[in-house]
Amino acid sequence: MDYTYYLIQAMNGIQYGFLLFLVASGLTLVFGIMGIVNLAHGAFYMVGAYLAYWLAGATGNFFLGVAVGVPIGVVLGLVIERLGFVHLYHRDHLLQVLFTFGMILVIGELITILWGDDVHGVSVPAMLAGSVALTDTQAYPVYRLFISAACIATAGGLLALIRYTRLGMMIRASASNREMVELMGVDVNRLNMAVFGLGVGLAAFAGMIAAPVNSVHPTMGDDILIMSFVVVVVGGVGSIQGAFWGAMLIGLADTFGAVFLPEAAGVVVYALMALVLVWRPSGLFAAR
Amino acid sequence: MMSRALSPTVVLPLLFVVVAVGLALYPLVGETFYVRLMAKIIVLGILAMSLDLLVGYTGLVSLGHAAFSGAAGYITATLILKAGVTDMALLLPASLAVSALLALVIGWISVRTSGIYFIMITLALGQMTYLFFHDVSYWGGTDGISVWDKPVLAVGGWTLLELSDRMVFYYTAWACLVAVYVGLWLLMRAPFGQIVRGVRINPGRTQALGHDVHRHQLAVFVIAGTIAGLAGFLEVARSGFMSPAHLGWHESAMVLIIVILGGMGTLVGPVIGALTLVLLEDWVADLTSHWKLIIGLFVIAVVLFLPNGLVSLLTRGAGPSWLRGRRATPAEAQAEGGDDG
Amino acid sequence: MSGIRFTPSRRAVLGGAAAAATMAGLPRFAIGSPPRIKVGFMLPYSGTYAKLGNNITDAFMLRMAELGDTLGGAEVEFVRVDDESAPPKAVDNITELVLKEEVDVVVGTVHSGVVQAMAPIVREEGTLTIVPNAGANRITRELCAPNLFRTSFSSWQANYPCGDVVLKDGHKKVVLISWNYAAGKEMLGGFTESFTAGGGEIVKEILLDFPNDEFQAYLTDIAALQPDAVYAFFSGGGALKFIKDYAAAGLHGQIPLYGPGFLTEGVLGGVGDAAEGIKTTLHYSVALDNPLNLKFREAFQSATGRESDVFAVQGYDTATLLAKGLEAVQGDISAKRDLYAAMEAAEIESPRGTFRMSKAHNPIQDIYLREVRNGQDHILGVAAEDVEDPATGCSL
Repeated sequence: MDYTYYLIQAMNGIQYGFLLFLVASGLTLVFGIMGIVNLAHGAFYMVGAYLAYWLAGATGNFFLGVAVGVPIGVVLGLVIERLGFVHLYHRDHLLQVLFTFGMILVIGELITILWGDDVHGVSVPAMLAGSVALTDTQAYPVYRLFISAACIATAGGLLALIRYTRLGMMIRASASNREMVELMGVDVNRLNMAVFGLGVGLAAFAGMIAAPVNSVHPTMGDDILIMSFVVVVVGGVGSIQGAFWGAMLIGLADTFGAVFLPEAAGVVVYALMALVLVWRPSGLFAAR
Repeated sequence: MMSRALSPTVVLPLLFVVVAVGLALYPLVGETFYVRLMAKIIVLGILAMSLDLLVGYTGLVSLGHAAFSGAAGYITATLILKAGVTDMALLLPASLAVSALLALVIGWISVRTSGIYFIMITLALGQMTYLFFHDVSYWGGTDGISVWDKPVLAVGGWTLLELSDRMVFYYTAWACLVAVYVGLWLLMRAPFGQIVRGVRINPGRTQALGHDVHRHQLAVFVIAGTIAGLAGFLEVARSGFMSPAHLGWHESAMVLIIVILGGMGTLVGPVIGALTLVLLEDWVADLTSHWKLIIGLFVIAVVLFLPNGLVSLLTRGAGPSWLRGRRATPAEAQAEGGDDG
Repeated sequence: MSGIRFTPSRRAVLGGAAAAATMAGLPRFAIGSPPRIKVGFMLPYSGTYAKLGNNITDAFMLRMAELGDTLGGAEVEFVRVDDESAPPKAVDNITELVLKEEVDVVVGTVHSGVVQAMAPIVREEGTLTIVPNAGANRITRELCAPNLFRTSFSSWQANYPCGDVVLKDGHKKVVLISWNYAAGKEMLGGFTESFTAGGGEIVKEILLDFPNDEFQAYLTDIAALQPDAVYAFFSGGGALKFIKDYAAAGLHGQIPLYGPGFLTEGVLGGVGDAAEGIKTTLHYSVALDNPLNLKFREAFQSATGRESDVFAVQGYDTATLLAKGLEAVQGDISAKRDLYAAMEAAEIESPRGTFRMSKAHNPIQDIYLREVRNGQDHILGVAAEDVEDPATGCSL
């Protein structure tokens, strides 16, 4: 096997990493700013995938489906935040965790009621359906390139938002010293809503663009949730930059682990996490 | 509602006596199916009590507790299936040792953190254990392991306990439940227990008094993990089956729910929680195929309205006053009309 | 179909044809009234395999309707449990059917992990159990029992004949890929046995977590290894995804794809050209041109509005086998010895062709070689006739 093989596997790993980043960034924001461990974050990813399945079918156009679906996902997230999470901000982490666990069961079952238990597939949009030949034997699906491009664009937009806007300034300030931000008169209530909506939007968007390469089923949120937690822990809680590098690291470790150590593929990622934690207990890019 | 004057230190042990006597007498009157369900509840109760030691007494919220019972269960099942060992005098110590060792490793990494980080790290390390049993084909993969032979305790040719007999198993598990309760109750009254409670309330001050906080937390973690191992051993003896899903974080979260539902920091609460949740699940599953929705809403309701658990209804009146007279959340209102199956 | 409606419950008494039999409180063998039996379905009605569970149940009910809703003169009451294809719940679910519902016959299940957790209990309790799908070899090998029958296949059986097929096509180096669970490993094992015995070489065996379907890294691996052929077992949504991804990675038409027939069952409508030329072996094909198959396909279609498939056939044959046994004992389920003897001796006229039971209670059946052509299943011939599972370790 020559170097192109490793290069292509690295592309696979990075593409997975990008997807993880979209989910993990929302998780780390909600965590760092609102102080909530949101186990239901994976459920929003799944909701996104189901919306893509439903809307792409209804509108006949995948991109139109995504354009309609993301706002629906965000609104749904905001409704849940107003009705449920708002009761949790000053409660014990233990209760937050269990509340969001209850949410997983409820959302999962509602999805089953709406769309059934079957595994659904979403077709790759026709204009992105082909593959490009990289070598004589290796071809790479165009849609996966599109995923990476979409993720890069979103990540860039997110970083710009955090670095250059007023909302971003509040987010950065809140992540490092929440009490101070509250004292300075920022409407924390609205900040929380904005952050939560943003997080849900990112997760739902990730679920949507991943739908054509990952089949859509009621337990799909679980895997990505745990992986995103690992990313957040490795990168440092509350740090967007940490989430990015954490996602890259985990994406690559998972892909190469799966190929070279198939029997220990899952463990590789967690062993890496344990190593990072022993070395830096609060992650690579701890925000505080 | 009982009088507020009842002191928890009197009520809780009394309550356990009532529950234990009830469980001991049940097989005399119950149907076979429900006796089996009670056996399941007893095993789950032991697991939940061990988690209560961490969550309720020490303030360490672990979201990976099923890893310890699962690891012990796997060792038991594998020794029976692959090595043909059925001697309980060998199986039990081996499975307890494995869960204790695993708890030592996971605990050593985890107690260096606290609060929210502790939750996430136990979650991740629990999943790592899950994947270890899931991915390494020696353990049988996703499907898990079925065993037919059950553990036997024999001394010099005299068969004392044969766990394949349902009644023998039932009362063995029952005895374990009582022993674990008494053991933990005594432990929490001993000086060690006082220090551990101190750690939960004020780690800084405990440290200042000259106690090594981490070492005490780690000790509790290992004790809890070992008792969870006992539950894992009993689960295999009960059902003859162990699979990776027994170790997954959903399992851990459900045990945590059981602890909260019953009342954390009470020991008897988790047993009552196990009883309530298992019976509820059995009942709801008869009503609708979307029983997970009901369980999910129940979990949310417990968190919002009964964070001190069922036991608190007896010891402290009807829970925190601010909760009373509150409207149902829209999610619950939806459940009323929304589940048409 | 004949008034069979399921109440949407995890375990619900089925209404319709059996309604007359559900009157509570009557003794089972009241003098002068026909005998009654209670059949419990333990099948997945939710999750990835829900469609399989429903097809098995519906085809069983179709056969019941053809038999006048009785089995050997006995009125039949049905109860069902959704096993969710979840092994951890299997023990509790089967216990419930056998001990709480006190069924006389268990029909289950699809998932091979669940069936292995069920087997010890039904062996212990002695409840007649017919497995309508799960291919776990052990069920009719080490775990075989007088009261345990299977109307589907053993994993070995559906795959062993394919080793010679691949060799005959001139392929010597093969990559195997499947899910890391008992069914996956046994299917690959059956193929490997005949393929390596005939001089073939397994270049690599890739096992993914069930039901993970992110194949990209492994397809890159296959493209780099450049084997003569790939032998794959996936089913349902995973199979659909694998075939599509295989083509998207540029491997379709480059490296031929083989597998047990489950790879292409029920997915041809969704994959388009990507499945063209895939060769598989199985004990059934919708393309079989016998009168019973044509009749069955049409009856299933009109009763359910869905296309029939191999799983429906297995459900149909389960009812036939049970009927043959109960006819011999006039519906008296307690006459176990005669009942089992009749089931062992039965000739089952099936849409797959007539078959008999082996000593270990697994079908002795032809395995067909099929190929996907123009989006349709096409029969190339019989890959091996009267294939019987070796039943290693069964002492029946």
